[in-house]
Order: sequence, then C-alpha cells, then structure tokens
Amino acid sequence: MTWIAQNLWLIPVLPLAAAGVIAVNKQRQRKLAATLAIGSMAMAFLLSLCAFSATLLHRGDNGVFREVAGFNWLQFGGQWLHLDWVLDPLTAIMLVMVSFVSLLIFIFSVGYMAHDENFMRFFCFLSLFAAAMLGVVIANSLLLFFVCWELVGLTSYLLIGFWYHKPSAAAAAKKAFITTRIGDLGLLLGMVWLYAETGTLNFYANGSGCLEQSALAAMVTHMTAAGMAVSTAIGLLIFLGAVGKSGQLPLHVWLPDAMEGPTPVSALIHAATMVAAGVFLVARVYPLMSVHIEGAAAATTALTVVTWIGALTAIFAASIAVAQTDIKRILAYSTVSQLGYMMLGLGVGGVSVGMFHLITHAFFKALLFLGSGSVIHGCYEEQDIRKMGGLKKFMPVTFATYAIGMLALSGFPLFFSGFWSKDEILHAAHGWPVSHIPFYLGCAGALLTAFYMTRQVALVFFGSYRSSRREEAHSSPHAAHIKSEPPHVGSYEGNAVPRESPAVMTIPLIVLAVFAILLGFIGTPAWPWFDGFLNGEPAQFNFAKLTEGGTLSLMLASAVIVFTGLGLGWWLYGKRQRKTAEEPDVLQVAQPTLFRLLENKYFVDEFYETTVIRFNAWAAHGSDFLDRWIWGGAVLLVTWVTLGLSWLYRFTDDFVVNLGFDAGCETLREGGGEMSRWQNGRVQTYLRVIGVALVVLVLILMWGRKS
Amino acid sequence: MTPLQGCLLVSALLFAIGLAGAVTRRNAILALVGIELMLNAANLNFIAFWRYGPNPEALSGMMVVIFSIAIAAAEAAVGLALIIAIYRHYRTVNLDEIKNLKG
Repeated sequence: MTWIAQNLWLIPVLPLAAAGVIAVNKQRQRKLAATLAIGSMAMAFLLSLCAFSATLLHRGDNGVFREVAGFNWLQFGGQWLHLDWVLDPLTAIMLVMVSFVSLLIFIFSVGYMAHDENFMRFFCFLSLFAAAMLGVVIANSLLLFFVCWELVGLTSYLLIGFWYHKPSAAAAAKKAFITTRIGDLGLLLGMVWLYAETGTLNFYANGSGCLEQSALAAMVTHMTAAGMAVSTAIGLLIFLGAVGKSGQLPLHVWLPDAMEGPTPVSALIHAATMVAAGVFLVARVYPLMSVHIEGAAAATTALTVVTWIGALTAIFAASIAVAQTDIKRILAYSTVSQLGYMMLGLGVGGVSVGMFHLITHAFFKALLFLGSGSVIHGCYEEQDIRKMGGLKKFMPVTFATYAIGMLALSGFPLFFSGFWSKDEILHAAHGWPVSHIPFYLGCAGALLTAFYMTRQVALVFFGSYRSSRREEAHSSPHAAHIKSEPPHVGSYEGNAVPRESPAVMTIPLIVLAVFAILLGFIGTPAWPWFDGFLNGEPAQFNFAKLTEGGTLSLMLASAVIVFTGLGLGWWLYGKRQRKTAEEPDVLQVAQPTLFRLLENKYFVDEFYETTVIRFNAWAAHGSDFLDRWIWGGAVLLVTWVTLGLSWLYRFTDDFVVNLGFDAGCETLREGGGEMSRWQNGRVQTYLRVIGVALVVLVLILMWGRKS
Repeated sequence: MTPLQGCLLVSALLFAIGLAGAVTRRNAILALVGIELMLNAANLNFIAFWRYGPNPEALSGMMVVIFSIAIAAAEAAVGLALIIAIYRHYRTVNLDEIKNLKG
C-alpha cells in the first residue's frame, strides 16, 4: 500500500478545511480567502500529482493498479458501514484534471470577482465545491460517492444563485437543484437496490465489492419481474442520476439556465468538472453496466440506453446552440452536446473512450468559458454576441486562446485535443454492432459543433464592434456614464471600447490553451497511452495503427466534416459580417420556422411547462384543496366540537357546581361572622349570658309548673 | 313561712348578689368574690334541704357541703393563681381589657 493511497483523503479535505476557515472569517479579508483557496487547491493538485505518479509507477504489475483504504463509519445492526477511497488510474487522472482545472479557475476568479463584494462567500463555495468534487472522484463507496455528489449539487445550487438578487439567477438555481434531484432519486434507488442485492456499497474490496466478479455474476443471473437482469435495472437507475447531473436529454434543461452564475462557476462546475461527474459515474460503475451473460450480445441493454441517450443529446443540443445569441448559452449547449458525446463514447467504446473526451473537454471547455468570461468582463458585462464583434484587436490574448479552444472543440484535425478524443468516439461508434445511427448522429453533431463555434467566434471577434454603448459614448460622453454603469467596472469613464483582461485572468487562459493542444497526443490511435493507462496495459507506439481498420478513412471523413462546418460558418457569418446588432440572423432569413424552433430550444421548457409542471401544479392545487377544505375542514369540525363541549363544561362548572358551592360557603361565612360577634373575649359578657339564660330557664320552669 | 323557705330565700338572695357582683365588677378579684358568694349560696341550699329534708339524721348533706367547701378552696386558689398569671402578663386585672379569649 502506497502512502498516497493511505492519505488520499487529504486531497478533498484540504479544500474543505479552506472553505471552513473562509466561512468563519470576516467579509473583508479578500487576500486571506484567495490565498487559502488557491493554496489548498495547489496542495491538492500536488497530492493529486503524487497519486498520479504512484499509479504510473505501479502500472502493469498485475492488471489495473488499484489500492483501497478507508475507515469504518457507523454500525447498523451487525454490519459496519465502510467509507473507502480508491486509487486507480481512473481516480488519478480525474484527480489531476479536477484539481488542475480548479486551480486555474480559482486564479482566474481572483481577477474576475475582484470587485464583487461577496468575494469571500464566492471562494468559500468554490472551495467547498472542489472538496466535494474531489470526494466524488476518490470515493470507493457508492454511499460516499452519493454524499459528495449531493454536496456537489448543493454547491452548484449555491453558486448558480450566487447573485441571488437577480430573479433569473434565483430561479435558475432552483431549477438546477430540482431537475438534478429527479435524477438523484434514481441514483438513490439504484444504490439501495444495489445494497439489497450485494450487501455492500463498496466498489472494490478484494473480491467482495459490488463491482467485482462474484457480485456481478450474481446480479446478472438474477432476473427482475420485468424480465430484465438486476444488474441492468440497477445500472439504468444509476444512469438516471448521471442523466440529471450531466444534463442528458430529458433532464438537460437546467444546464443552460445555470449560466446565470458567475462565469468562473460556469467554467468550473457547469463545463469542466461537475457535469462530468455523471460521465465519471457511468465510467466508475462501467463493470456493472457492461456485465452480461456469457454468450449474449456484447452490447448490454444498459449500455445501449447510454449510447442512444448520448447520441441524441449530442445532436439535439448542438442544433440548439446554432441559434443562440448569448455567448455563455452557446457554450452551455455545447457542453450538453459534448457530454452527450462522452456518454456515447462510454456506451460504444468503453471507459477509456468516454474518459478521454471528458479530460480533453474539461480543458478546452474551461478555456472557452474562461475566455468568454474574459470577453464579458472586457465588454462591460455584455453577453449578447450580436452586440460584440471585432474584439480581435481589443483583446488579442483572449482571442488567441479562445481560437485554440474553439478549434479544439470543433475537432480541428491533428493539432488539437478535441480532434483525437472525438475521433476516437466516432471510431468506436462506427464499430458498434447494434446500430449505425449513433455514428451518423455523432457526425452530424460534429458538423454542427464546428458550425456554431465558427459562428460564435466570427460574431465575437471579427467584423466591427457593434455595441450601442459605443455610439452613446461617442455622441455624448456623459450619457453612457450616467445611464448604465455596470455594477463592478470601476474604470468605465465614458470609454466603451473593450479592453484586455488583467494577467491574472489571461495566464490561466494561456495554460489551458497549451493543454487544449497537447492533451490530444496522449490518446492518438498511434500511441493509445490513455487507453493503456486506464486498462493497466503498456502503450505501444505504432504508426501502423493509424492506417489499420479504416482509422485513416474515418479520420479523413471527420476532418472533412469539421472543415465543412468551419467553412459553412465562415461563409455565413465571417465573410458577410452583420452591420448592426438588430439585424436578423442569416439562418433566420433563410429558414424562419426552423430558426425559431432552434432559438426556442425545441420548446422543451414550454413542453415541460405545459405537461410536467402543469400536472405538478394541478397536483399541488389538488393537494392544497384537500388540505385546506377536506382535512382542514375535518380538523376544524373537531375543533368546533371540542370548543362547544368545553364551553358546556365551563357553563356547568361556573353556574351549577361553583354557584352552589359558593352559596354554601357564603352562608357559612356569614353565619360564622354572626356567631363570632358573641365571642368577644369578655368573660363577664359570657357570664351575663349565662345569667340571663338561667333566668329564662327558671321562668320557663315556673311557667310549666303553673299550666 | 317555713324555715326551709326562709333559708331558700336567703340563699337565692345570696346567689343574686353574687351573680350581680360577678357580672358587674371590673376587677377580676371582686368577680371571683362574686363567684364564691354564688358557691356559698349553693352550699346553703344543700344544708337547708338536708336539715329540713326527710332524713336529717344521716350526715350526707354535711358531707357534701364540706367537700364542696374544700373544692371551693382549691378552685379559689386556682382562680387567684390565674389572676396573678394574667396580671403578670397584661399588667392589669381589669376584665374589660382582657379580651383575648375570643377566637
């Protein structure tokens, strides 16, 4: 057991401690907050590197390197609940990715949030998020995983609603929380079922874990009432959690709205790490998803579902992105689409294919989001790409890095990471035995991806600057200053020309851009190091692989697709630049109905509004009616009866019992008072009475004698 | 008038005088003197009914009166002791001022 596997818990605990310390400090100590958050993240990153090198050193000893450590958490009945963490290549690569991207985004945030008064709160939440996310990554117990998963959801909620005074942000936070909760219900059910079936929630535990051979073999032969293997049913339930978290098709609606949060949050949580947690979950429970009876078809039901959902999401979200105008919303739909690709990759090609795209995507999407943050920051909080344009000359660093990110996302051949990872997915999809449709969907998605990214870059960085603010500023220098001073731009003195962001923001961009290029080369078909790393096999350097089995023709095909998309985008948006911000989109002129459909995101929100939400509202109204009138009425009736009875009791008590008693008491008291006058303490009075009584007695006796 | 009637008349007179003294006197000692008078009137009645009764040879009347006188002496002692105790307590023997016998 290596020391790093023993102490893997330090990686999430460091940011957690930082979050705690920041939370209890005063609001003004910005430096302390930033130092703590970045420092703890840097430490976590170093430890992650140690973990990564440990997995590298022990690679290929016997199969996949995997070490488990943990502690007993609590006892129930005769059993102990173990919370374990695991160090294997999957964990290690995710740890490095998450901590590194987090570190860069933390640094970027120092610049981006510099003027926000809730700077401390932001870093507290961000650190908490990083802690939870790293916890998700190292978890070896589905329970620990679930706890961290929910924490991640909570911090996502807190950070989307960071500017909670904006009603749209508050609503988006609520939407994200509730939508992911629907998926989490599935995950919870799957978890409980898994525990019921296997009696353990630990993934790996020397042969007794729930992802190991004996448990899987038991689950795959055990059938549910619906004729489905238990492993498939549990796998699908767990996948439901991933669908919610990763914004897959039926539950994707929250992710674009989540862009209401600050841009670093969008980059960190809603592009690079948290939404990838769903993909990571599927990768983690991949043995459960892929287990099948000997001799049956290789593609299991669970993986088929994953594939279809992924492919549909990829094309669906990509087509919506074409018609959006908000710079972050385009990226959000792009994220949804890319997550669909990852699911597709997991479904058709296995862990390494999906995970490779996850890792490369994390870097270039974080780059794109941070770049968009830099653009928004530079354009005085403008997010509408129609009102940008020509930023190339105002923000050269941002433009260069953004272009790299865009080319990587589009899958520009050979030199960018996105090409290699996406190509691997398409290649796997092409070889999928069940159906070829996911492959075609993926290709179409790739085309759309290249197209919408070109559109965005053309509108943002090329042409001329179209903001109305500029004209205002030029016509009357004071008007803009008075009219619309953005909340935290101090140097906005009537000068509306966009400006480059400070170094604290551009340096993370450059670092990410470098990785967006380089990362592709760890997973090319010629040198499948990444695949080998995850599966515990040494990678062979073999150029011949490039030409084998149709790889080359597929690469050519995907290159053609990408070039078509890029060319189409440039032809429609780059060559002929729009002159004003109000001008209708080129596509809108050509295909008004289709454009309207895409612009409104296929009316999914409206569809949910009229079906699920309306039904829910009805149910709520019904429950309210029942509560108010039926149950409430019954309660009220009982209250009234009780009130009446108590009134009756009071009446009897007051006027019957008490009155009689009172009267008796009064009489006695008065009698006593009367009598007490006789006892005045004077002996002679008593004697006098005796004397008079004697006289009276004598008179009576004499009277009696006479008669 | 028979001798018995004369005796009873005297004793009644004596009793009335004693009662009046006991009731009207403010001084406790004089009230006690009144009570002694009433007691002696009763003793006189005993003697008169015995002397003029059907059997004057038996000394029963004399016996009762001697007992009664002895008891009266003891009672007078107790009465005087009470008066002394009251005097020590209240610094007075005026019966109008001694009203603490009421509840």
